[in-house]
Amino acid sequence: MLSYFLRRLLTAIPVMFFVAVFIFLLLRLTPGDPAQAIAGDQATPAQLEQIRESLGLNEPLSTQFFTWVGRMAKGDFGQSLISQQPVLQMIGQRIGPTIALALTAMGLTVLISLPMGVLAAWRHGGLTDRAVMAFSVIGFSVPIFVIGYVLIGVFAVNLRWFPVQGYKPLADGFWPFAHRIFLPGLALASIYIALVSRMTRASMLEVLREDYVRTARAKGLSEIVVLFRHALRNAAIPILTVVGTGFAMMISGVVVTETVFNIPGLGRLVVDAVLARDYPLIQAIILLTAGTYVVINLLIDLSYALTDPRIRYQ
Amino acid sequence: MKPSQSAQKAPRSRLLTNPPHWTTVLALVVLVIIVAIAVFAPAVANFEPTQLNAMMRLKPADDTYWMGTDSYGRDLYSRVIYGAQVSLLVGAGVSIGALVIGLPLGLLAGWFRGLDAVLMRMMDGMMAIPGILLAIAIVALTDAGLTTVIIAIMLPEIPQVVRLVRSRVLSTRSETFVDAAVLLGTPPLRLIWRHLLPSTIAPLIVQGTYIYASAILTEAALSFLGVGIGTETPTWGNIMAEGRLYFALNPWLVYWPAIVLSLCILSINLLGDALRDRLDPKMKGRSI
Amino acid sequence: MTSAPVLSVRDLKVVTTARNPAEILKGISFDIFPGETLCLVGESGSGKSVTSLVSMDLLPRGELAVAGGEVLLNDEDITKASPSRTRALRGSEMAMIFQEPMTALNPVLTIGLQMDEVFRAHRDMRKPERKAAALEAFESVSLPDPARIYDSFPHQLSGGQRQRVMIAMALALKPKLLIADEPTTALDVTTQKQILELIQRLKEEQNTAVLFITHDMGVVVDIADRVCVMRHGEIVETGKVQDVLSQPKEQYTRDLLAAVPSLTPRKARPQEGQEKVLELIGVNKIFSFQSFISKLLGHEEHSVHAVNDVSFRLDRGRTLGIVGESGSGKSSVARCILRLEDPTSGAVVVNGNDIVPLRGQKALAEARRAVQMIFQDPNRSLNPRLRVGESLIEGPLNSGEARAEAMARAGDILEIVRLPRESLDRYPHQFSGGQRQRIAIARALMMSPDVIVADEAVSALDVSVQAQVLELLAEVQKRQNLAVLFITHDLRVAAQICDDVMVMQRGKVVEFGPAEQVLAHPQHAYTRDLINAAPGRDWDFAKGRNIGALV
Repeated sequence: MLSYFLRRLLTAIPVMFFVAVFIFLLLRLTPGDPAQAIAGDQATPAQLEQIRESLGLNEPLSTQFFTWVGRMAKGDFGQSLISQQPVLQMIGQRIGPTIALALTAMGLTVLISLPMGVLAAWRHGGLTDRAVMAFSVIGFSVPIFVIGYVLIGVFAVNLRWFPVQGYKPLADGFWPFAHRIFLPGLALASIYIALVSRMTRASMLEVLREDYVRTARAKGLSEIVVLFRHALRNAAIPILTVVGTGFAMMISGVVVTETVFNIPGLGRLVVDAVLARDYPLIQAIILLTAGTYVVINLLIDLSYALTDPRIRYQ
Repeated sequence: MKPSQSAQKAPRSRLLTNPPHWTTVLALVVLVIIVAIAVFAPAVANFEPTQLNAMMRLKPADDTYWMGTDSYGRDLYSRVIYGAQVSLLVGAGVSIGALVIGLPLGLLAGWFRGLDAVLMRMMDGMMAIPGILLAIAIVALTDAGLTTVIIAIMLPEIPQVVRLVRSRVLSTRSETFVDAAVLLGTPPLRLIWRHLLPSTIAPLIVQGTYIYASAILTEAALSFLGVGIGTETPTWGNIMAEGRLYFALNPWLVYWPAIVLSLCILSINLLGDALRDRLDPKMKGRSI
Repeated sequence: MTSAPVLSVRDLKVVTTARNPAEILKGISFDIFPGETLCLVGESGSGKSVTSLVSMDLLPRGELAVAGGEVLLNDEDITKASPSRTRALRGSEMAMIFQEPMTALNPVLTIGLQMDEVFRAHRDMRKPERKAAALEAFESVSLPDPARIYDSFPHQLSGGQRQRVMIAMALALKPKLLIADEPTTALDVTTQKQILELIQRLKEEQNTAVLFITHDMGVVVDIADRVCVMRHGEIVETGKVQDVLSQPKEQYTRDLLAAVPSLTPRKARPQEGQEKVLELIGVNKIFSFQSFISKLLGHEEHSVHAVNDVSFRLDRGRTLGIVGESGSGKSSVARCILRLEDPTSGAVVVNGNDIVPLRGQKALAEARRAVQMIFQDPNRSLNPRLRVGESLIEGPLNSGEARAEAMARAGDILEIVRLPRESLDRYPHQFSGGQRQRIAIARALMMSPDVIVADEAVSALDVSVQAQVLELLAEVQKRQNLAVLFITHDLRVAAQICDDVMVMQRGKVVEFGPAEQVLAHPQHAYTRDLINAAPGRDWDFAKGRNIGALV
C-alpha cells in the first residue's frame, strides 16, 4: 500500500515537470513580446530593453525556466502586468464561484449518471438502455453554451423559476446560492453526465458478464444486491478514471459556463487575462488548474486501492 | 465441431452483412447535406454572409430572410450556411493532424518499453492542461487564423490518440501470434507494420470521428468566447457570440446556429458509434 | 433407488433467441436421485453447460430461451416458476459451483461477506449465528484456519482453496441438488483429486443429488454413479458408469472412449542413430521483481526461480515430454529454448551452436529456423487479420524465399496436414480449433525445422480432435525425422507419444528417463503423486476395462 502510494506520488513529479515546461514554452515561443505588452505601443526601444532586462527575458531560456520554477517553489507566482496585484491574490478572489460551480456539477453528475448507467446496463438492449444512450449522445453533441442558453430561455426567461444570470456566494445564505448555481451547474454537468453514464453502462456491461456475478445470482441474491454490491464496485475503476480525466473537460466547461451565466469565477478571469496578454496571470491559472488535475488524478489512483483489495495488498 | 466464437471475427464481413440502423442512415444523410451546403455555399446562400444592411437589423424570419437578420442586418441563414465551411475544415484538420502525430508516438510507446515511461509522462502532462485554456492561450497570444485555431485545438487531442494506440499495441503484443511472428524471424519494424499497426486502425478511425466532433465543439466555444477565428469570418460560434447580446430580444439568433451545430455534431457522433460497433465490437458502448 | 428424483428433466428444448433460432438442446430427459452423482459428459458444443444453467434458471437473458419441456426440482417446474421463486430456490434448494475458481468469487469483497450473503438471503439468522455457520462451513470443506479465510480476499487464496470456498458456499444451506460445471478443469491434477474427494464425501454426508458436468472421462470414472453422454444437444447414451464405459452401445460413445489416451506408456521406439539437435546445459531462469520504490523502502528483492538448472539432450526423430503442474517452469523452459525469454545462465545448444549469447533477429535467424513452436490456443496463435497463406509464408519471406515459390510450398504443406489447398485464401476464423492447430503445424513446417516445441498444443482441444492432431504430429515427425519437445500437464498424452519424460516441479527436474520407466515405475515421490492423482487411472478407456487390479 505504502509503496503503491509512493509510486503514484513519484510519477506525478515528472508529469508536473512536463506541465511546467509546456506552459513555459507556450508563452515564450509564441510570437508576441511580453515587454511590448507591458510597455504599450508607445514604448521606445530603450524602454523595451529595460523592461526585458528587469524581467530577465534576455537570459537563456533554460535559466529563465529554472528562475521561474524556483520562484514558484517559494510561492511567488509573480504580479499581474495589468493590475499589479500578486496573481495568487487575484486567483484567490475568484476561485470561490468556480469551486462552487464545479462541485455542484460533480454532485449532479454522480446523482444522475450512476443510476442511469447501471439501469441501462441492467436492461441492456431495452427501451431504458436506448433512452440513456440517446440522452448521452445528445449530451456529447450539444455545446455547453447552447445548453446554457436553452436552460436560461426555458427556465429563467419563460418559466421564471430561476434568475437569468449572476452568482451569490454561499455566505449569503443557502437558498440564494442554490437558486443561482443550479442552472449553470446543470449546464456544466450535461457533458459530464453523458460521459459518466456512458462509461458506467459500458463498465457495468462488462462486469455483468463476469463469473462472480453469475455466482452471486446462483446464491439467490436479489438483483439490487447483485447490481450495486457485486457489480458496481468492480465497475468502479474505469468510472473513476473517466471522472478524473474528465476534470480537464470540466475546466473547459467552466470557462464557457461562467461566460454564459455571468459568474465572476476563474474562467472569466483567464479569458480576460488572455485578451489582455497578462502573462503571469495566464501562467499561474493554467499551472494551477493543471496542478489540480494532477492532484485529483492522484487521489483517484489512491481510491483504486480502496475499491480493489488487489491493489491495496500489492 | 463449430468454429470458435471467440474474439476472432472476420474484420471485413461485419461491414457487409447487417443493414445499418436507421439513425446511422439519418446521420449520414444529415452529414452529406451539411458537407454539400459547405461546398456549394455560394449557390445555397441568399446573400453574401457579410453584406450589411442598416435598415434591416434584427428582423424576424420571413420569405427573404429565412432565419431573420442579425444586429448588423446581415442575413442569418446565409451566415449559418457559410459557417459550415469553417467548422468542417477545422474538424478535418484537427482529426487528421492528431491521428498523424499520435499514431507513430503511440506505436513507439507501445513497442519500445524504455521510451514508454517518458513519453507517457509527457502525454499525462499535456492532458493535465485543460484543452480550452491551452487553445485560448495559443490563439490569443498569436494571430487568430484558421491554422492557429487548428493547431491549438489539435494539441490537447494528441495524448488521447497516443494512449489509445499504445494500449492497443500492448494488448496485441500479448497475443501469441506476435510471439509466433518473432519465432518466424520477423524483424521489429515489419512486425509492427504487419501485426500491430492493423489492430490500431479500426479504433483510430472511430476515435478520429469523435475528435472531429469535439474539434467542431471546441472551435465554436473559442469563437463564442471571442478568441476564435476573427469575427469577420462567419463561424457558428461567432454568430452565436454576437447573437447572445440580443438573446432576450430574439433568441433565434442563438438557436438557429446552435441547432445546425448540434445536428452536425450529433450526426458525426452517431456515425462514430455505428463505426465503432461494426469495426471494433469489443469497444461496444464505450466511448471517448 | 426407491425415493422420488430430486431433479427431473423432461424433453427439455433450448433455442437461441437470434433471428434464426438454433436448437441448443433438442429435447433431453434425465433424472437424478438423492445421494446420486449423474455426470453429463460431452465435447464442446454438446449443450452440457446450458443444461445446468436452465436448471438454475440462469440462462443468459436475451440470448437463450427455453422452448419446451420441463425441469422439475422436487416436482416444481423451474422453467415456469416466477423469478422471485427461483431466486429463493437458488442457494437454498439447489446450488452451483463453476469451472473457474479464479473468477467465480468477487475479487473486491471478503470471503466472509460472500459467505454471509448466502445466509442473509435465505435464512433469518443473527450476525453471530451467521458467522459461526460460515466458519463451520469452511471447516467442513477442510479449509485451514477458517477465521483467517473469513477475513481474506479471494486473491489471497490458492485456486484449490477458492474452489473449496465455492463448495462451502454452495453446500452451506444443505441443498437437495448440487450442480458442478467442470469444477476441477482449471485445477492441477493433485488439487483436482482432493476436490473430487471432497465433493464425494459431502454428497454422502448430506445425501445430495449431484449433477456433474465434465469433458474428462477420467473424472467420470472417479465420481459418477450414472452418466449421460451428450452430443449436439442430445443425449446419445445413458446408463450406469461401468456399463457405459465397458459396453458402450452407441458408435459415438465408442469413438469418444477410443480417443482417450491410455495412461500405460506405449512401447518404446527403437532409436536409429544419435544425432543431437538440441541440448540444454545448466539452464536457469530467474524472474526478479523489484521496483525502484521497494528498493528505497528496503524491501527484499522478490524473485522466482522459474527454471532451476535444467539440462537435457534431444536427438533427431525422438520425442521428449516435459510434464508438470502449473508453475512447474515447463513453459519457461520452452520460452528459454525459443529465446522468447533470455536464460539467466546456462547454454542452449541448437545444432551445435550455443544461442544464449546471440542478440537480435539476424543473429538468431538460423536458430529460429531450426526450432519452431506450436502454441496452446489455436484461436490466438494465428493473426486473425491475415489470410492463412500470408501467415504460412511469413517465415520463408523473412529468410528471403521468393513469394510465389513460398506460396506453392505452403499449398503442398497444407495438403500434408490434410487441409485443402484453397485454405490459403481463407481467414483463420473460418476454421475449427483443430483445423487451426493443423495450420499452426503447417506454419512450423514451412521453416523446415529440426525441432518442434509443442507447448500444451492439444490441451485446448476436444478429446477426439486431440487424437487426430496427435496422430498428425506423429506422422509429420516420422516423415521429416523431427525432434519434438512436448510440454503437457496431461500424463495420458505424455504416455502415448513420448520416448522420454522429464518431470518438473517448482523449476527443478525431479525425474528424467524413458517414458516406460518414469510413468510405469516412478522413482520420485512427486511423480508417484502425479500418477496417483490422474483421474480414472485404473481404467483403460479404449479397451473398456478396469486395469487397477493389474498394476
